[in-house]
Amino acid sequence: MTDTTPGSLAEFLPRRRHVLAGTIAGGMAALFGAGTAAASDIVLADAKNYPVKAFAQKTEADALSALFGKTATVSPKITLDTPDIAENGAVVPVAVQTELPDVTAVAILALDNPFTLSAAYRIPAGTAAAVSTRIKLAKTTTVVAVVESGGQLYSASRSVKVTLGGCGG
Amino acid sequence: MANTILVRANADGGSTVVQALIRHPMDSGFVKDKSGKLIPPHYIEVLEFAHNGTVVLTALWGPAVSKDPFIKFSFKGGKKGDTLSISWIDNKGLKDSRTAAIM
Amino acid sequence: MKRLLILLLAALLLRPALAAERVDPAADLKAFQTYFHARFPHVPPADFVNGPYAMDAGMRAQWQQIMQFPPYQFALDHGKELFAAAFPNGHHYADCLPHGGIGIAQNYPRFDPKTGRVVTLEIALNRCRVVNGLKKLKLTTGDMDDLMAYLTDRSHGRPVAVVVPDDPRARAAYERGKEYFYARRGQLNFSCASCHMQGAGRHLRGDVLAPALGLIASFPIYRSAWGSMGTVVRRFIGCNKQVRAVPQRADSEDYRDLEYFLAYMSDGLPVAGPGARP
Repeated sequence: MTDTTPGSLAEFLPRRRHVLAGTIAGGMAALFGAGTAAASDIVLADAKNYPVKAFAQKTEADALSALFGKTATVSPKITLDTPDIAENGAVVPVAVQTELPDVTAVAILALDNPFTLSAAYRIPAGTAAAVSTRIKLAKTTTVVAVVESGGQLYSASRSVKVTLGGCGG
Repeated sequence: MANTILVRANADGGSTVVQALIRHPMDSGFVKDKSGKLIPPHYIEVLEFAHNGTVVLTALWGPAVSKDPFIKFSFKGGKKGDTLSISWIDNKGLKDSRTAAIM
Repeated sequence: MKRLLILLLAALLLRPALAAERVDPAADLKAFQTYFHARFPHVPPADFVNGPYAMDAGMRAQWQQIMQFPPYQFALDHGKELFAAAFPNGHHYADCLPHGGIGIAQNYPRFDPKTGRVVTLEIALNRCRVVNGLKKLKLTTGDMDDLMAYLTDRSHGRPVAVVVPDDPRARAAYERGKEYFYARRGQLNFSCASCHMQGAGRHLRGDVLAPALGLIASFPIYRSAWGSMGTVVRRFIGCNKQVRAVPQRADSEDYRDLEYFLAYMSDGLPVAGPGARP
Protein backbone atom coordinates (compact mmCIF):
# COMPACT_ATOMS: atom_id res chain seq x y z
CA MET A 1 0.00 0.00 0.00
CA THR A 2 1.13 3.61 0.33
CA ASP A 3 4.29 4.23 2.28
CA THR A 4 3.29 5.48 5.70
CA THR A 5 5.49 7.79 7.67
CA PRO A 6 7.71 5.81 10.02
CA GLY A 7 7.60 6.53 13.71
CA SER A 8 4.69 7.60 15.81
CA LEU A 9 2.51 9.37 13.26
CA ALA A 10 0.66 6.50 11.67
CA GLU A 11 0.15 4.59 14.89
CA PHE A 12 -2.65 6.97 15.91
CA LEU A 13 -4.51 6.37 12.73
CA PRO A 14 -7.12 3.62 12.67
CA ARG A 15 -5.63 0.37 11.47
CA ARG A 16 -6.24 0.07 7.79
CA ARG A 17 -6.94 -2.83 5.57
CA HIS A 18 -5.37 -2.91 2.16
CA VAL A 19 -7.62 -1.02 -0.19
CA LEU A 20 -6.73 -3.70 -2.71
CA ALA A 21 -7.44 -6.70 -0.50
CA GLY A 22 -10.89 -5.48 0.37
CA THR A 23 -11.58 -4.82 -3.26
CA ILE A 24 -10.20 -8.14 -4.39
CA ALA A 25 -12.41 -10.14 -2.09
CA GLY A 26 -15.40 -8.25 -3.43
CA GLY A 27 -14.23 -7.17 -6.85
CA MET A 28 -12.69 -10.32 -8.19
CA ALA A 29 -15.54 -12.35 -6.88
CA ALA A 30 -17.78 -10.04 -8.86
CA LEU A 31 -15.74 -10.75 -11.96
CA PHE A 32 -15.24 -14.44 -11.45
CA GLY A 33 -17.79 -15.44 -8.82
CA ALA A 34 -20.66 -16.12 -11.13
CA GLY A 35 -18.37 -18.08 -13.41
CA THR A 36 -16.16 -20.16 -11.19
CA ALA A 37 -18.47 -20.77 -8.24
CA ALA A 38 -20.98 -23.52 -8.82
CA ALA A 39 -24.59 -22.33 -8.67
CA SER A 40 -25.07 -24.66 -5.69
CA ASP A 41 -22.44 -22.68 -3.77
CA ILE A 42 -24.69 -19.64 -3.54
CA VAL A 43 -27.52 -20.15 -1.10
CA LEU A 44 -30.07 -17.57 -2.09
CA ALA A 45 -31.75 -15.62 0.68
CA ASP A 46 -35.42 -16.45 0.77
CA ALA A 47 -38.02 -14.18 2.37
CA LYS A 48 -40.74 -16.81 2.37
CA ASN A 49 -40.55 -17.43 6.12
CA TYR A 50 -39.64 -13.89 7.14
CA PRO A 51 -41.35 -13.27 10.51
CA VAL A 52 -43.31 -10.18 9.50
CA LYS A 53 -45.46 -10.27 12.62
CA ALA A 54 -42.50 -10.41 15.01
CA PHE A 55 -40.98 -7.29 13.44
CA ALA A 56 -44.27 -5.43 13.88
CA GLN A 57 -44.57 -5.89 17.64
CA LYS A 58 -44.16 -3.08 20.13
CA THR A 59 -43.18 -4.87 23.32
CA GLU A 60 -40.47 -7.35 24.25
CA ALA A 61 -43.00 -9.96 25.32
CA ASP A 62 -44.98 -9.71 22.09
CA ALA A 63 -41.89 -9.74 19.88
CA LEU A 64 -40.44 -12.83 21.60
CA SER A 65 -43.80 -14.55 21.63
CA ALA A 66 -44.20 -13.97 17.89
CA LEU A 67 -40.63 -15.00 17.10
CA PHE A 68 -40.02 -17.88 19.50
CA GLY A 69 -43.33 -18.54 21.30
CA LYS A 70 -41.50 -18.18 24.61
CA THR A 71 -40.42 -15.66 27.25
CA ALA A 72 -36.84 -14.98 28.31
CA THR A 73 -35.13 -15.14 31.70
CA VAL A 74 -32.20 -12.90 32.52
CA SER A 75 -28.81 -14.60 32.28
CA PRO A 76 -25.39 -13.31 33.36
CA LYS A 77 -23.82 -15.52 30.70
CA ILE A 78 -24.68 -13.13 27.87
CA THR A 79 -22.30 -10.30 27.08
CA LEU A 80 -23.98 -7.34 25.45
CA ASP A 81 -21.65 -4.62 24.27
CA THR A 82 -23.26 -1.24 23.55
CA PRO A 83 -22.07 2.32 24.09
CA ASP A 84 -23.33 4.20 27.17
CA ILE A 85 -23.98 7.27 25.02
CA ALA A 86 -24.51 6.73 21.30
CA GLU A 87 -22.41 9.05 19.14
CA ASN A 88 -25.25 8.97 16.64
CA GLY A 89 -28.58 7.22 17.17
CA ALA A 90 -28.65 6.10 13.53
CA VAL A 91 -25.50 3.99 13.82
CA VAL A 92 -25.13 2.27 17.20
CA PRO A 93 -22.67 -0.64 17.30
CA VAL A 94 -24.04 -3.66 19.16
CA ALA A 95 -22.13 -6.86 19.87
CA VAL A 96 -23.68 -9.94 21.50
CA GLN A 97 -21.83 -13.01 22.63
CA THR A 98 -22.57 -15.78 25.09
CA GLU A 99 -21.09 -18.80 26.85
CA LEU A 100 -24.49 -20.51 26.92
CA PRO A 101 -24.43 -23.88 25.14
CA ASP A 102 -26.38 -25.09 22.09
CA VAL A 103 -27.26 -21.64 20.84
CA THR A 104 -29.70 -21.68 17.94
CA ALA A 105 -30.69 -18.03 17.74
CA VAL A 106 -29.77 -14.52 18.84
CA ALA A 107 -32.11 -11.53 18.76
CA ILE A 108 -31.58 -7.82 19.41
CA LEU A 109 -34.41 -5.66 20.68
CA ALA A 110 -34.72 -1.94 21.45
CA LEU A 111 -37.56 -1.38 23.87
CA ASP A 112 -38.33 2.24 22.94
CA ASN A 113 -38.05 1.86 19.19
CA PRO A 114 -41.29 2.06 17.18
CA PHE A 115 -40.99 -1.70 16.67
CA THR A 116 -39.17 -3.60 19.35
CA LEU A 117 -37.40 -6.27 17.34
CA SER A 118 -34.34 -4.93 15.46
CA ALA A 119 -32.65 -8.08 14.22
CA ALA A 120 -32.63 -11.84 14.72
CA TYR A 121 -30.07 -14.44 13.69
CA ARG A 122 -30.43 -18.18 13.14
CA ILE A 123 -27.23 -19.81 14.40
CA PRO A 124 -26.58 -23.24 12.89
CA ALA A 125 -24.38 -25.77 14.68
CA GLY A 126 -20.74 -24.80 14.20
CA THR A 127 -21.38 -21.07 14.09
CA ALA A 128 -20.18 -19.10 17.09
CA ALA A 129 -22.83 -17.60 19.35
CA ALA A 130 -21.57 -14.08 18.71
CA VAL A 131 -22.75 -11.39 16.32
CA SER A 132 -21.90 -7.74 15.83
CA THR A 133 -24.00 -5.25 13.94
CA ARG A 134 -25.13 -1.62 13.90
CA ILE A 135 -28.68 -0.55 14.68
CA LYS A 136 -30.79 2.59 14.83
CA LEU A 137 -32.15 3.77 18.15
CA ALA A 138 -34.99 6.29 18.02
CA LYS A 139 -34.29 7.57 21.53
CA THR A 140 -32.68 6.67 24.84
CA THR A 141 -33.67 3.10 25.44
CA THR A 142 -32.86 -0.33 26.80
CA VAL A 143 -31.24 -2.65 24.29
CA VAL A 144 -32.00 -6.31 24.99
CA ALA A 145 -30.01 -9.25 23.66
CA VAL A 146 -31.91 -12.53 23.61
CA VAL A 147 -30.27 -15.92 23.14
CA GLU A 148 -32.04 -19.20 22.41
CA SER A 149 -29.99 -21.89 24.11
CA GLY A 150 -31.04 -25.51 24.53
CA GLY A 151 -34.53 -24.52 23.49
CA GLN A 152 -34.89 -21.85 26.21
CA LEU A 153 -34.66 -18.08 25.95
CA TYR A 154 -32.22 -15.98 27.98
CA SER A 155 -31.61 -12.27 27.93
CA ALA A 156 -29.33 -9.44 28.98
CA SER A 157 -29.95 -5.72 28.67
CA ARG A 158 -28.13 -2.41 28.70
CA SER A 159 -29.32 1.15 28.65
CA VAL A 160 -28.09 3.35 25.80
CA LYS A 161 -28.47 7.13 25.91
CA VAL A 162 -29.40 8.75 22.65
CA THR A 163 -29.32 12.53 22.53
CA LEU A 164 -29.74 15.06 19.78
CA GLY A 165 -26.48 15.90 18.12
CA GLY A 166 -25.52 19.55 18.33
CA CYS A 167 -23.53 19.61 15.15
CA GLY A 168 -26.40 19.17 12.76
CA GLY A 169 -26.87 16.95 9.81
CA MET B 1 -27.12 -3.99 -9.98
CA ALA B 2 -23.75 -2.56 -8.93
CA ASN B 3 -21.93 -4.51 -6.24
CA THR B 4 -23.68 -3.99 -2.90
CA ILE B 5 -21.78 -6.54 -0.85
CA LEU B 6 -18.29 -6.13 0.56
CA VAL B 7 -17.03 -9.09 2.51
CA ARG B 8 -13.85 -10.05 4.30
CA ALA B 9 -13.59 -13.66 5.36
CA ASN B 10 -10.42 -14.73 7.13
CA ALA B 11 -9.50 -18.24 8.20
CA ASP B 12 -8.17 -18.01 11.73
CA GLY B 13 -7.04 -21.17 13.52
CA GLY B 14 -9.89 -23.53 12.70
CA SER B 15 -12.55 -20.85 12.42
CA THR B 16 -13.47 -18.32 9.79
CA VAL B 17 -14.23 -14.75 10.82
CA VAL B 18 -16.63 -13.00 8.46
CA GLN B 19 -17.27 -9.27 8.24
CA ALA B 20 -19.61 -7.82 5.67
CA LEU B 21 -20.73 -4.33 4.73
CA ILE B 22 -23.77 -4.06 2.52
CA ARG B 23 -24.81 -0.99 0.60
CA HIS B 24 -28.52 -0.52 1.23
CA PRO B 25 -30.59 2.50 2.30
CA MET B 26 -32.39 0.53 5.05
CA ASP B 27 -35.14 3.15 5.01
CA SER B 28 -37.27 2.71 8.09
CA GLY B 29 -40.37 4.39 6.75
CA PHE B 30 -40.28 6.94 9.58
CA VAL B 31 -38.08 9.55 7.89
CA LYS B 32 -39.41 12.38 5.74
CA ASP B 33 -37.74 13.70 2.62
CA LYS B 34 -37.04 17.38 1.88
CA SER B 35 -40.60 17.96 0.70
CA GLY B 36 -42.07 16.52 3.90
CA LYS B 37 -43.21 13.22 2.44
CA LEU B 38 -42.44 9.99 4.25
CA ILE B 39 -39.79 7.89 2.54
CA PRO B 40 -41.34 4.42 2.24
CA PRO B 41 -39.71 1.55 4.15
CA HIS B 42 -37.03 -0.20 2.11
CA TYR B 43 -34.84 -2.59 4.04
CA ILE B 44 -33.13 -5.96 3.77
CA GLU B 45 -35.29 -8.69 5.27
CA VAL B 46 -33.10 -11.76 4.93
CA LEU B 47 -29.34 -12.10 4.60
CA GLU B 48 -27.82 -15.54 4.17
CA PHE B 49 -24.22 -16.71 4.43
CA ALA B 50 -23.14 -20.15 3.26
CA HIS B 51 -19.84 -21.98 3.25
CA ASN B 52 -19.35 -24.59 0.56
CA GLY B 53 -23.11 -24.62 0.09
CA THR B 54 -24.02 -25.03 3.79
CA VAL B 55 -25.74 -22.12 5.56
CA VAL B 56 -23.60 -20.68 8.37
CA LEU B 57 -25.78 -17.70 9.31
CA THR B 58 -29.24 -16.40 8.49
CA ALA B 59 -29.89 -12.81 9.47
CA LEU B 60 -33.48 -11.61 9.75
CA TRP B 61 -33.40 -7.85 9.68
CA GLY B 62 -35.93 -5.11 10.33
CA PRO B 63 -35.87 -1.40 9.47
CA ALA B 64 -33.98 -0.65 12.70
CA VAL B 65 -30.76 -2.03 11.26
CA SER B 66 -28.52 0.88 10.24
CA LYS B 67 -28.06 2.16 6.71
CA ASP B 68 -25.23 0.39 4.85
CA PRO B 69 -25.52 -2.42 7.36
CA PHE B 70 -22.62 -4.26 8.92
CA ILE B 71 -22.43 -7.80 10.28
CA LYS B 72 -19.62 -9.74 11.91
CA PHE B 73 -19.70 -13.36 12.99
CA SER B 74 -17.58 -16.49 12.85
CA PHE B 75 -18.06 -20.19 12.20
CA LYS B 76 -15.99 -23.32 12.80
CA GLY B 77 -14.21 -24.63 9.77
CA GLY B 78 -13.39 -23.00 6.51
CA LYS B 79 -9.90 -22.69 5.11
CA LYS B 80 -8.12 -20.41 2.74
CA GLY B 81 -9.55 -20.72 -0.74
CA ASP B 82 -12.95 -22.02 0.31
CA THR B 83 -16.04 -20.30 -1.07
CA LEU B 84 -18.28 -18.14 1.07
CA SER B 85 -21.57 -17.05 -0.47
CA ILE B 86 -23.63 -14.07 0.62
CA SER B 87 -27.14 -13.31 -0.53
CA TRP B 88 -29.83 -10.85 0.51
CA ILE B 89 -33.42 -10.01 -0.33
CA ASP B 90 -35.31 -6.91 0.76
CA ASN B 91 -38.94 -6.01 1.44
CA LYS B 92 -39.38 -4.87 -2.17
CA GLY B 93 -38.12 -8.18 -3.50
CA LEU B 94 -34.82 -6.71 -4.71
CA LYS B 95 -31.83 -8.93 -4.17
CA ASP B 96 -28.11 -9.35 -4.64
CA SER B 97 -25.62 -12.10 -4.04
CA ARG B 98 -21.97 -12.84 -4.49
CA THR B 99 -19.28 -15.27 -3.55
CA ALA B 100 -15.93 -14.53 -1.99
CA ALA B 101 -12.85 -16.58 -1.28
CA ILE B 102 -11.83 -17.11 2.30
CA MET B 103 -8.38 -15.58 2.84
CA MET C 1 12.06 73.45 14.80
CA LYS C 2 12.46 71.66 18.15
CA ARG C 3 8.69 71.11 18.24
CA LEU C 4 8.85 69.63 14.76
CA LEU C 5 11.63 67.26 15.81
CA ILE C 6 9.66 66.14 18.87
CA LEU C 7 6.61 65.54 16.73
CA LEU C 8 8.71 63.57 14.27
CA LEU C 9 10.25 61.49 17.04
CA ALA C 10 6.82 60.85 18.57
CA ALA C 11 5.50 59.81 15.18
CA LEU C 12 8.40 57.41 14.69
CA LEU C 13 8.04 55.84 18.13
CA LEU C 14 4.27 55.63 18.04
CA ARG C 15 4.05 54.29 14.51
CA PRO C 16 2.80 50.72 14.87
CA ALA C 17 5.71 48.43 14.15
CA LEU C 18 5.49 47.23 10.58
CA ALA C 19 6.42 43.77 11.83
CA ALA C 20 3.01 43.48 13.45
CA GLU C 21 1.38 44.07 10.08
CA ARG C 22 3.54 41.50 8.34
CA VAL C 23 1.80 38.17 7.78
CA ASP C 24 3.77 35.45 9.60
CA PRO C 25 2.21 32.02 8.99
CA ALA C 26 5.09 30.20 10.68
CA ALA C 27 4.61 32.13 13.90
CA ASP C 28 0.85 31.58 13.70
CA LEU C 29 1.43 27.87 13.24
CA LYS C 30 3.62 27.62 16.31
CA ALA C 31 1.15 29.57 18.43
CA PHE C 32 -1.81 27.53 17.13
CA GLN C 33 -0.28 24.13 17.77
CA THR C 34 1.16 25.23 21.12
CA TYR C 35 -2.30 26.37 22.20
CA PHE C 36 -3.82 22.96 21.58
CA HIS C 37 -0.95 21.00 23.09
CA ALA C 38 -1.11 23.12 26.21
CA ARG C 39 -4.88 22.79 26.41
CA PHE C 40 -4.85 19.02 25.84
CA PRO C 41 -1.51 17.85 27.23
CA HIS C 42 -2.52 14.18 27.30
CA VAL C 43 -3.43 13.97 23.63
CA PRO C 44 -0.50 12.71 21.55
CA PRO C 45 0.15 15.24 18.77
CA ALA C 46 -0.81 12.91 15.92
CA ASP C 47 -4.05 11.91 17.64
CA PHE C 48 -5.57 15.34 16.98
CA VAL C 49 -6.50 14.16 13.50
CA ASN C 50 -9.07 11.90 15.13
CA GLY C 51 -11.07 14.90 16.26
CA PRO C 52 -13.79 14.08 18.78
CA TYR C 53 -12.31 10.60 19.28
CA ALA C 54 -9.17 12.15 20.74
CA MET C 55 -11.39 14.03 23.17
CA ASP C 56 -13.78 11.37 24.47
CA ALA C 57 -13.12 7.73 25.36
CA GLY C 58 -16.71 6.53 24.96
CA MET C 59 -16.92 7.95 21.46
CA ARG C 60 -13.52 6.54 20.61
CA ALA C 61 -14.66 3.01 21.53
CA GLN C 62 -17.67 3.27 19.23
CA TRP C 63 -15.52 4.63 16.44
CA GLN C 64 -13.09 1.74 16.76
CA GLN C 65 -16.01 -0.68 16.47
CA ILE C 66 -17.30 1.08 13.39
CA MET C 67 -13.80 1.24 11.89
CA GLN C 68 -13.60 -2.56 11.85
CA PHE C 69 -15.35 -2.14 8.53
CA PRO C 70 -15.43 1.56 7.70
CA PRO C 71 -18.68 2.88 6.20
CA TYR C 72 -16.66 4.75 3.55
CA GLN C 73 -15.34 1.56 2.03
CA PHE C 74 -17.80 1.70 -0.89
CA ALA C 75 -16.77 5.29 -1.63
CA LEU C 76 -13.11 4.35 -1.45
CA ASP C 77 -13.48 1.44 -3.87
CA HIS C 78 -15.57 3.53 -6.23
CA GLY C 79 -13.07 6.39 -6.08
CA LYS C 80 -10.30 4.05 -7.16
CA GLU C 81 -12.33 3.01 -10.20
CA LEU C 82 -13.21 6.61 -11.05
CA PHE C 83 -9.62 7.74 -10.84
CA ALA C 84 -8.37 4.95 -13.06
CA ALA C 85 -11.04 5.38 -15.72
CA ALA C 86 -10.06 7.17 -18.92
CA PHE C 87 -11.83 10.30 -20.12
CA PRO C 88 -13.62 10.06 -23.50
CA ASN C 89 -10.54 11.65 -25.10
CA GLY C 90 -8.27 8.95 -23.71
CA HIS C 91 -6.54 11.05 -21.06
CA HIS C 92 -6.67 10.44 -17.30
CA TYR C 93 -6.79 12.44 -14.08
CA ALA C 94 -3.23 11.23 -13.52
CA ASP C 95 -2.05 13.27 -16.51
CA CYS C 96 -3.07 16.54 -14.81
CA LEU C 97 -1.54 15.98 -11.41
CA PRO C 98 2.00 15.78 -10.06
CA HIS C 99 3.16 12.20 -9.46
CA GLY C 100 0.07 11.04 -11.31
CA GLY C 101 -1.99 12.18 -8.33
CA ILE C 102 -0.70 9.44 -6.06
CA GLY C 103 0.68 10.45 -2.69
CA ILE C 104 0.07 14.18 -3.18
CA ALA C 105 -3.03 14.94 -1.09
CA GLN C 106 -0.90 16.10 1.84
CA ASN C 107 0.37 19.03 -0.25
CA TYR C 108 -3.07 20.50 -0.92
CA PRO C 109 -4.43 23.13 -0.90
CA ARG C 110 -1.67 24.82 -2.81
CA PHE C 111 -1.16 28.32 -4.07
CA ASP C 112 -1.26 28.64 -7.85
CA PRO C 113 1.04 31.48 -8.93
CA LYS C 114 -0.48 31.54 -12.43
CA THR C 115 -3.98 32.42 -11.25
CA GLY C 116 -2.94 33.91 -7.92
CA ARG C 117 -5.50 31.76 -6.14
CA VAL C 118 -5.55 28.82 -3.78
CA VAL C 119 -6.33 25.51 -5.44
CA THR C 120 -7.76 22.62 -3.45
CA LEU C 121 -7.32 19.07 -4.74
CA GLU C 122 -11.04 18.97 -5.55
CA ILE C 123 -10.70 22.10 -7.67
CA ALA C 124 -7.60 20.67 -9.34
CA LEU C 125 -9.61 17.58 -10.28
CA ASN C 126 -12.37 19.73 -11.75
CA ARG C 127 -9.85 21.78 -13.71
CA CYS C 128 -8.55 18.52 -15.12
CA ARG C 129 -12.05 17.56 -16.19
CA VAL C 130 -12.69 20.90 -17.88
CA VAL C 131 -9.37 20.83 -19.74
CA ASN C 132 -10.36 17.40 -21.04
CA GLY C 133 -13.81 18.47 -22.17
CA LEU C 134 -15.86 17.28 -19.22
CA LYS C 135 -18.23 19.11 -16.91
CA LYS C 136 -17.15 19.88 -13.38
CA LEU C 137 -18.24 17.59 -10.57
CA LYS C 138 -20.25 18.85 -7.63
CA LEU C 139 -17.71 19.85 -4.98
CA THR C 140 -19.63 18.64 -1.95
CA THR C 141 -20.69 15.06 -2.45
CA GLY C 142 -20.98 12.31 -5.05
CA ASP C 143 -18.18 11.24 -7.37
CA MET C 144 -15.95 14.05 -6.07
CA ASP C 145 -15.91 12.76 -2.52
CA ASP C 146 -15.27 9.23 -3.80
CA LEU C 147 -12.28 10.46 -5.82
CA MET C 148 -11.05 12.41 -2.80
CA ALA C 149 -11.49 9.37 -0.57
CA TYR C 150 -9.19 7.40 -2.86
CA LEU C 151 -6.58 10.13 -3.32
CA THR C 152 -6.50 10.92 0.38
CA ASP C 153 -6.14 7.26 1.20
CA ARG C 154 -3.11 7.12 -1.10
CA SER C 155 -1.50 9.72 1.17
CA HIS C 156 -2.47 7.91 4.34
CA GLY C 157 -0.07 8.68 7.16
CA ARG C 158 1.94 11.26 5.25
CA PRO C 159 2.51 14.49 7.17
CA VAL C 160 0.42 17.43 6.04
CA ALA C 161 2.81 19.72 4.17
CA VAL C 162 1.03 22.77 2.83
CA VAL C 163 3.19 25.69 1.77
CA VAL C 164 2.53 29.41 1.97
CA PRO C 165 5.20 30.69 -0.41
CA ASP C 166 6.82 34.08 -0.15
CA ASP C 167 4.36 35.61 -2.59
CA PRO C 168 2.19 38.49 -1.37
CA ARG C 169 -0.88 36.96 -3.00
CA ALA C 170 -0.33 33.65 -1.20
CA ARG C 171 0.21 35.37 2.09
CA ALA C 172 -2.92 37.42 1.51
CA ALA C 173 -4.95 34.26 0.82
CA TYR C 174 -3.58 32.64 3.96
CA GLU C 175 -4.43 35.76 5.96
CA ARG C 176 -7.97 35.86 4.54
CA GLY C 177 -8.43 32.22 5.56
CA LYS C 178 -7.19 33.00 9.03
CA GLU C 179 -9.54 35.96 9.33
CA TYR C 180 -12.45 33.82 8.17
CA PHE C 181 -11.66 31.27 10.85
CA TYR C 182 -11.69 33.84 13.64
CA ALA C 183 -14.55 36.02 12.36
CA ARG C 184 -17.98 35.71 13.89
CA ARG C 185 -20.86 35.16 11.52
CA GLY C 186 -24.48 34.22 11.29
CA GLN C 187 -27.45 34.82 13.49
CA LEU C 188 -25.78 32.79 16.25
CA ASN C 189 -22.70 34.96 15.88
CA PHE C 190 -20.18 32.13 16.19
CA SER C 191 -16.81 31.92 14.55
CA CYS C 192 -15.13 28.65 13.62
CA ALA C 193 -12.93 29.32 16.64
CA SER C 194 -15.95 29.58 18.95
CA CYS C 195 -16.58 25.84 18.57
CA HIS C 196 -13.25 24.45 17.41
CA MET C 197 -10.93 26.38 19.68
CA GLN C 198 -12.85 27.59 22.70
CA GLY C 199 -15.33 24.75 22.56
CA ALA C 200 -12.89 21.99 21.55
CA GLY C 201 -13.46 18.86 23.60
CA ARG C 202 -16.70 20.21 25.01
CA HIS C 203 -20.17 18.86 24.35
CA LEU C 204 -22.62 20.51 22.01
CA ARG C 205 -25.68 18.52 23.02
CA GLY C 206 -24.74 14.95 22.19
CA ASP C 207 -21.72 15.82 20.04
CA VAL C 208 -18.17 16.40 21.18
CA LEU C 209 -16.52 19.32 19.39
CA ALA C 210 -13.35 18.51 17.49
CA PRO C 211 -10.30 20.72 17.93
CA ALA C 212 -9.37 22.82 14.89
CA LEU C 213 -5.90 21.29 14.97
CA GLY C 214 -6.01 18.27 12.70
CA LEU C 215 -9.65 18.86 11.83
CA ILE C 216 -9.09 18.84 8.12
CA ALA C 217 -6.81 15.80 8.04
CA SER C 218 -9.58 13.19 8.12
CA PHE C 219 -11.63 14.53 5.23
CA PRO C 220 -13.48 13.47 3.17
CA ILE C 221 -15.73 11.91 5.77
CA TYR C 222 -18.61 9.48 5.95
CA ARG C 223 -20.89 11.16 8.42
CA SER C 224 -23.55 9.07 10.14
CA ALA C 225 -25.61 12.25 10.30
CA TRP C 226 -25.48 12.48 6.50
CA GLY C 227 -25.67 8.75 5.85
CA SER C 228 -23.16 9.49 3.10
CA MET C 229 -19.74 10.92 2.27
CA GLY C 230 -18.88 14.58 1.99
CA THR C 231 -15.93 16.84 1.36
CA VAL C 232 -14.58 19.63 3.52
CA VAL C 233 -16.68 22.10 1.55
CA ARG C 234 -19.82 20.12 2.28
CA ARG C 235 -19.05 20.57 5.96
CA PHE C 236 -18.18 24.27 5.63
CA ILE C 237 -21.59 24.85 4.08
CA GLY C 238 -23.27 22.83 6.84
CA CYS C 239 -21.42 24.71 9.58
CA ASN C 240 -22.39 28.05 8.01
CA LYS C 241 -26.04 26.98 7.96
CA GLN C 242 -25.87 25.83 11.55
CA VAL C 243 -24.79 29.24 12.83
CA ARG C 244 -27.53 30.60 10.56
CA ALA C 245 -25.16 32.30 8.19
CA VAL C 246 -25.80 32.25 4.46
CA PRO C 247 -23.33 29.74 3.02
CA GLN C 248 -21.01 30.60 0.16
CA ARG C 249 -20.78 28.92 -3.22
CA ALA C 250 -18.90 25.66 -2.94
CA ASP C 251 -15.96 26.94 -5.03
CA SER C 252 -15.81 30.33 -3.26
CA GLU C 253 -12.53 31.99 -2.47
CA ASP C 254 -13.52 32.15 1.20
CA TYR C 255 -13.75 28.36 1.46
CA ARG C 256 -10.52 27.81 -0.45
CA ASP C 257 -8.68 30.28 1.75
CA LEU C 258 -10.18 28.80 4.91
CA GLU C 259 -9.11 25.33 3.85
CA TYR C 260 -5.64 26.70 3.08
CA PHE C 261 -5.38 28.15 6.58
CA LEU C 262 -6.72 25.02 8.30
CA ALA C 263 -4.43 22.71 6.37
CA TYR C 264 -1.40 24.90 7.07
CA MET C 265 -2.27 24.88 10.78
CA SER C 266 -2.25 21.08 10.71
CA ASP C 267 1.28 21.01 9.34
CA GLY C 268 3.09 17.83 10.27
CA LEU C 269 0.01 15.85 11.31
CA PRO C 270 -0.67 12.61 9.44
CA VAL C 271 -3.22 12.53 6.64
CA ALA C 272 -5.99 10.37 8.08
CA GLY C 273 -8.71 10.55 5.45
CA PRO C 274 -11.09 9.23 4.47
CA GLY C 275 -12.70 9.34 7.87
CA ALA C 276 -15.85 8.32 9.72
CA ARG C 277 -17.64 10.75 12.00
CA PRO C 278 -20.97 10.90 13.89
